[in-house]
Amino acid sequence: MNPRLLAAVAAGGAVGAALRWSCGEAVPDGPGLPGTTLAVNVVGSLLLALLPALAVVRRSPVLQAAAGPGLLGGFTTLSAASEQTRSLLADGRPALALGYLLGTLAATLAAVALATRLTSRPDPAPERAS
Amino acid sequence: MTLLLVALGGALGSALRYAAASALDARFPRGTLAVNVVGSALLGLLVGLGVDDTAYFLLGVGFCGGLTTWSAFAGQTHRLGPRTGTTYAAATLGLALVACALGFWAGDAWVGPQA
Repeated sequence: MNPRLLAAVAAGGAVGAALRWSCGEAVPDGPGLPGTTLAVNVVGSLLLALLPALAVVRRSPVLQAAAGPGLLGGFTTLSAASEQTRSLLADGRPALALGYLLGTLAATLAAVALATRLTSRPDPAPERAS
Repeated sequence: MTLLLVALGGALGSALRYAAASALDARFPRGTLAVNVVGSALLGLLVGLGVDDTAYFLLGVGFCGGLTTWSAFAGQTHRLGPRTGTTYAAATLGLALVACALGFWAGDAWVGPQA
């Protein structure tokens, strides 16, 4: 494995995790639906799917590693979503727990589908040779 | 201080996730699946143990949060298509939840009944 790419992922992951924590500090998840974690995961999934559209990212493997698996991988989290779901189930709120987990899946998949659609425009028609 | 703990844990967790995904992800992203399940088990364990704030921010928010990823999981699920994608999503979310519950249970049992 390329140590430069690994270092880029670690640096991006540090920033992503710090941003995720800052979001939770700004708008803490309440006792009900963990809306902040949900929003973080939707925004992170959307941005990761949009990333290949940036030429500057496509050209640089280091930037790609820092921004994709680093920044956005560290920003989003599946462990917190699992723990929040477990906690809601333990509190006797199975409908909210399942709604949260499957709702996050549906919302993030919709975000990826939207990003894919936005970034995969057909190439403009080739210019006719005169 | 808390921000530094979270960032340090996030750096380590993200690097480990990248290494696991690079080594194990094939057509089926089993490396990403593995880190998502392991990270969920570890976070459940930390919550069950009731660790102090320093350990929670470094290991729970930082390391487990960085080790696991929803963005790559969503992208992979979309790429795999309806059939394999459904299998992948169900395996990830199902195993992660069970692992998290087992981790919590183990941590809670280790600490023992609270007075």
